[in-house]
Parts: sequence; C-alpha cells; structure tokens
Amino acid sequence: MTDVVVVDYGAGNTRSVCSSLRQLGHDSVVTADPEAIRSAPFVILPGVGSARSAMDHLNETGAAGALKARYEADQPILGICLGLQLALEASQEDGGVKGLGLVEGLVVRLETPRIPRLGWAMVEPWNEAFYFAHSFVAESPHSVATSEGLCVAVRKGSFFGVQFHPEKSDQAGLNFLDQCLSLA
Amino acid sequence: MPLPRLIPCLDVAHGRVVKGVSFVNLRDVGDPVELARYYSDGGADELVFLDIAATPNDDTTIVDVVRRVADVLAIPFTVGGGIRSVDDASRIIEAGADRVSLNSAALATPELITEIAARFGSQAVVVAIDAGDGVVHTHGGRRATDIATVPWAAEAAARGAGEILLTSIARDGQRTGFDLALTEAVRDAIDIPVIASGGAGSAQHVADALGVTDAALIASIVHENPAGLPGLRREIEACGVTLRPLRENV
Repeated sequence: MTDVVVVDYGAGNTRSVCSSLRQLGHDSVVTADPEAIRSAPFVILPGVGSARSAMDHLNETGAAGALKARYEADQPILGICLGLQLALEASQEDGGVKGLGLVEGLVVRLETPRIPRLGWAMVEPWNEAFYFAHSFVAESPHSVATSEGLCVAVRKGSFFGVQFHPEKSDQAGLNFLDQCLSLA
Repeated sequence: MPLPRLIPCLDVAHGRVVKGVSFVNLRDVGDPVELARYYSDGGADELVFLDIAATPNDDTTIVDVVRRVADVLAIPFTVGGGIRSVDDASRIIEAGADRVSLNSAALATPELITEIAARFGSQAVVVAIDAGDGVVHTHGGRRATDIATVPWAAEAAARGAGEILLTSIARDGQRTGFDLALTEAVRDAIDIPVIASGGAGSAQHVADALGVTDAALIASIVHENPAGLPGLRREIEACGVTLRPLRENV
C-alpha cells in the first residue's frame, strides 16, 4: 500500500526522498493529484527548485488547495527545505512569492558569510548534524529548532517543516524520517 | 559556517570506476555504486563522480550510474564530465544527483551557469576550475587558457555558481599537500563555498586545507585504502578539525 505521497511540483529531484522512504519500509508515490494529497496517511512536500515556479505549479495542479485542506483536517505534512518555506506566508525569493500560508512566518535571504549555505551543520536542541543546501531561511514564531542561530524547523498543528534534507543526511536523516512517520 | 566536508572523488568511465582504487574486500571494486556505498558507510560527507569518458550525446551510462547511486546513497553527490547543456544537467539531476559540475562547458558558454542555476538553484551548480600558473586549464589540465584563475572564479560566482571545485594541476596526484595559497586567493575573492582539490597525501594535509576552506576533495589517499576512511576521519579530527558526528541506526 502506498502510505506516503511525495508532492510533485515539476522541479528537481524526488528520487532520493522516495529511496529513503523505501529503506524505511514505506511505499511512496510522486504526484500532484489533489485527491491523493488529501487522502494519503502522510504527505511530504519536498525541497528543490525555485519558490515561484513551485507555487505556480502547486496552484495550477490544485495541490495547493489540497495541502490547505489537509492541514485544516489535521493530517500530517512534512515540508523539506523549499517545502518548509512554501508553507509560510511569503518568500523574498524571486522578487516576492506568496506561500501556502499554513504557518505564520516569512522566508528571507540568508546573510551568512557564504551563500548558498552548503554542508552539514548541528541542529539544536536535537544535538544532531543534518545536511543543508539553501540560500533562503524561514523566520517564524513557530520555530522549534535552530542551526547556527537560524530557524531550521517549524511546527504548527499537523505541519512540520525542516530546512535541512533528511533524505541526504545519512543515518541521522533516516532516523529523523522514521520518527516523523512513526508519530503520524 | 557549516562543518568542514570530506569529499571522496570517483573517476568513472563507461559506468566503471577507473582510477587507482585498490581494495579486495569489495565484491566489485570497479562498481561505482558499491564503492559509493562503501565510502558513505565510512563517513564521507559527500561524493563527487567525474565521468572522464563523457562524450556528447552519449550520457546514458552515467545517467544509469546516477540513478543506481541515488537509490542506495543518503548523502549528497555531485556529477561532472560532459555536461554541456541545461538538458544534460536536467538528466543528471532528475536521475538523483544533487549538483552538476561544469568545467570546459562553463568556459565555452558561461551563460550555462546562469541557466542551470535558474532552473535548479545555485546550490545545484558547481564550477570546476583546473588551475595552474595563475590561469585556468582545459582538457584535463593539459591545455592552458589565457583566463586568470581568480577572476574566472569570481565571474562563475557572479553568474550563479553555488560552489567552486578548485584543483591545483601541479599538486594533483602528487600527495604533497593542497595549494593553500591558491585556495585562499580564490576563497577571498568570492562568497560561495570553495572545495580544495589536488595534493591530499595525509590527514594533516586535509586538516590544513579545511583550515582555510569549506571542503576538501580526496582521491588517491582514500582509493588506495577505502577501508581506511574512518581512520582518516579520526586522524583529521586529531589535527583539530571537527567533522560531522556519525550516527548509528537506532
């Protein structure tokens, strides 16, 4: 049985997310179908691409509405990297993009010494290193974890979003995904 | 800054690892997928695959390797060699690579950097520079251009590259240490990450490179003894560099 839907928004690489899920014993399907997104036991909004093209694609396919309905019905959604950023109200990326607005918060350009911020970094209070590759970052009152002072995890209601890539974070990432799926 | 990265580099031709890997406990030492998994298990932070036999219009082999690697690996990896268009980059990224590395193609068509970054984000574009005597070289480092290294790195960054893979031709394969002056000169000229490459012969060499930049590429030092990667990590840490903590399955 397919128990995880990975939302397709027409950009980038969902293969690694699916292979991580398979290693954890979960079947997944990559789709933008609104009914599949509403009804799946667990949904992942993955993270590669640009904010504007991603939001355009989510709106055109009806996936955006399905994600909002799912959130209102208290069904679990995990956002990864751009997937976290899309769940907030708006992003500075691409000259300003309106997000899904599931969770209060904005996405701003990083001001770190080197951009993109690439590599493994510790996440607190979890005391774990995860892999990051980003040029923008969330600012939200619902932050639940930080890395070098940056908000890297946001949680509100049934939405949980992380800035790092669990599917690229070796065993720490697999453990994280496993916990997310087992809590759902 | 994120933690420093240790990045083994595998040269691949026609779907096989081709350079200097000596180890008998792997079932197939020439299989890039098996070696990738082995290095990942040993604590590599990332991997780079260079398709050294890439020819135009024939990238089916490397795309297949990328797919098979993505299916077993849970760390990031970069693929370079023969990527000359946005379509080439798309095939590699859609097959599961995190980044593509451009070398000659970026010199010939600098707009390509911007086009791939616009589609997949800057973090997906590495520009590889083979540097010697202050200028960029092509054809695997054999042919000098009249393009100065540091300004080219700055231009690549300005055009949207997310990282520079900087190889010292003189040090490559010599195992006498990285060219730290070159690495610092490029690092200071740009604000994207720089991977130092060429010259790793000891843990101290790698630690020295990680003291001045974000990441170090390693090849012969690890290929001669793939089982030694965890030990190499410990030696690098003993030199005062903090690498990412490795976790067991829970």
